This record gives sequence, structure tokens and C-alpha cells, in this order.
Amino acid sequence: MPRTVSTTRPSGPPRFLLVAAILAGLVIIGTGTFLVLALRDTPRGAAGTALASAIGGPFQLVDQNGKTVTDADLKGKWSLIYFGYTHCPDACPTALNDISIALSELGPKRDAVRPVFITVDPERDTPETLKAYVTSFDAPILALTGTADQVATAAKGYRVYYAKHPEAGDDYSMDHSSVIYVMDPEGRFTASFTHESAPEQISERLKKLIG
Amino acid sequence: MSIKTLALVAGLVVTSAALAQPAQLEVTNAWARATPGKAENGAAYVTIESPTADRLVSASSPVAKKAELHTMSMQGMVMKMRPIAGLDVPPGQSVTLKPGGEHIMLMGLNQPLHEGQSFPLTLDFEKAGPRTVTVAVEKAGSNGPDSAAAHAHH
Repeated sequence: MPRTVSTTRPSGPPRFLLVAAILAGLVIIGTGTFLVLALRDTPRGAAGTALASAIGGPFQLVDQNGKTVTDADLKGKWSLIYFGYTHCPDACPTALNDISIALSELGPKRDAVRPVFITVDPERDTPETLKAYVTSFDAPILALTGTADQVATAAKGYRVYYAKHPEAGDDYSMDHSSVIYVMDPEGRFTASFTHESAPEQISERLKKLIG
Repeated sequence: MSIKTLALVAGLVVTSAALAQPAQLEVTNAWARATPGKAENGAAYVTIESPTADRLVSASSPVAKKAELHTMSMQGMVMKMRPIAGLDVPPGQSVTLKPGGEHIMLMGLNQPLHEGQSFPLTLDFEKAGPRTVTVAVEKAGSNGPDSAAAHAHH
């Protein structure tokens, strides 16, 4: 009668596969951490250039005067790009007001920067709505909207998340990434600010970037 | 220091402590942001203080079709705004509604809120009942009446 061969080897996947999986996981976490850190304050140079292509991209939208604006039109000036919506009473006015304050502190460099507000709610934010909205802020803001698809393309390029959140009645709010992106005059992603960035910090950083 | 002086000092301390604490629920520092353009929604902020535990359950104002209690939160980089059923007011602690946290969402404004205007806002508390305050309208995107010098960021 043959003896049953017993083995201590686990019946799962071979050990090297497990090790490889763990290593792959570490690489992914590491890359993610690097991206997160880098996106907060992107270094310029080689690493910055590699990342620059990760944020931004082609878009075609329409501004508050009904004029078509593409990513190419933003070149030639520094851009501060914020995605939001006009029915937003808290985060969006805060961001636009922070931008206005930051720009007012730039002095003669003020004209080198163009603030851009891109709606994530094209359903309600028509060019007319946007026009009335942005004129309430001190800075001359370029406000952009478009079809649902055009807005989705722009948001995707900037890694902006947004989703409709239904509320009582026919009302809804928009969940959305609240980030101010800094793009250089060549349209390359350079830095970003969050709700934690005070206007003074934004203007100091811009002064250094503009040089 | 005589016992009399000590008693006087102790008396003063007790009195000032009592003065600092409102005898009943109070709503102060009511302000709102001017609404940009034809924005249909606005936000109002207040400070609430009560000697006893209470709860803010609803709000209303003649300037808007409805007023709701909302909270704004950041989840990572994503801003989310949600209605809340009520807001607890713990005894003896002031609760401040401010940008980036809870606000009274004014939905369906009858007309835009202009800087320098004021309007009535009624807050309903579970125990203290309704309280009507006058809301001062500040600049669009303002961080409050005292924000000019100290821009409130956290």
C-alpha cells in the first residue's frame, strides 16, 4: 500500500508570485504617494515635466460671452483653473474670492495671471448665468461651460471628479474636486492649491513662479 | 488680603462668569455672503450659544423659498455638500457656523443678496423655540465680518 505523501507546501500560489504581488503593490503605493506629494507642490525640472503631462489636456468650451475657448487660448499667460458650479454657496465663492485676493496682491504681475472657472454643472450654468456670477468677484475671471461631454472631457484632463447629488424636489448639488490648478504660459501643469491654501500663500507662490 | 476683599473678588469672578454665559439661548454674529450674479442659492452663518443643551432643527427666511441646514465636507480633494436634519448645541459651548463647515443654505433666493443689505432669518430650536435674527450681507466669498484682517483658514 503506497504511503500518502504529505507535504508542508501550501496549496496556494507559489511563493514567488506572492512576493511579486507584494512588490507590485508597494510600487503602486509608492507611485501614488509620490504623485500626491508632487501634486501639492510640483517640482519643476525632469520630474515636473513628467507630471506636467498628467494634468490638463485639450478641451473646447464656451466662455461667458458665448465665445469658443480651447486649451490653446489659455497659452501666453499663467492660468489659475478652478472647477465648480454657481449653485454652490460655500466652497466655490471661497475659492474665487481667495483667487481674487491673491491676484490683488501680485501688483504689476497681476496681468500675467488669468483666473479660469470651469463649471461642472453645465445643465444649469449657461454662459449668461456664468457671466452674472463671475462679475461679482474682483478678479476678471474667464468662466467656461459647454455640453455635458465637453465639460466631461475638460474635467477628465484635469483629473477632476464630479457627480450630481440629488436632493429634495428637483434640486441637486454637485460633489466635486475643489482644487486650484496653476498652469504655466505653455499650458503645462505647475502647481496646485487646495482649500487649505490662504490667499497670501497663493500669491507668494505665484510671485516666485512668475519670476 | 482681607476676607472681605477675597469675598469681593470671588463675587466679581462669579458675576463675570455669569455674564459670559447667556441666561438663555442666543444667536449672534449672523451674516451671509452676497450672492454672485443671479445665483439662486446663498449661505448664511451664525453663532449659537445656549446655557442648556438644545438643537437647531430648521430655518426659514422671507428672502428664499426655503432654508436648509447643510454641512460641507472635504473628502480628500472632493467637496461634498449635504443637508443635515439638525445641529446639536451643547450646553455652554458656542457653535459657530462658518464657511467650510455647516451653513444655512438659502435655496431659491427671490432676489440676489447684495453686500451691505440685511434680512431676517428665523431659526427653530427644539427647546428654545424660534429665534429671529438680522443677517448682515458681506462680500461674495467673504469669510465673515472679521475676516479682513484675519482671513480664516484652517
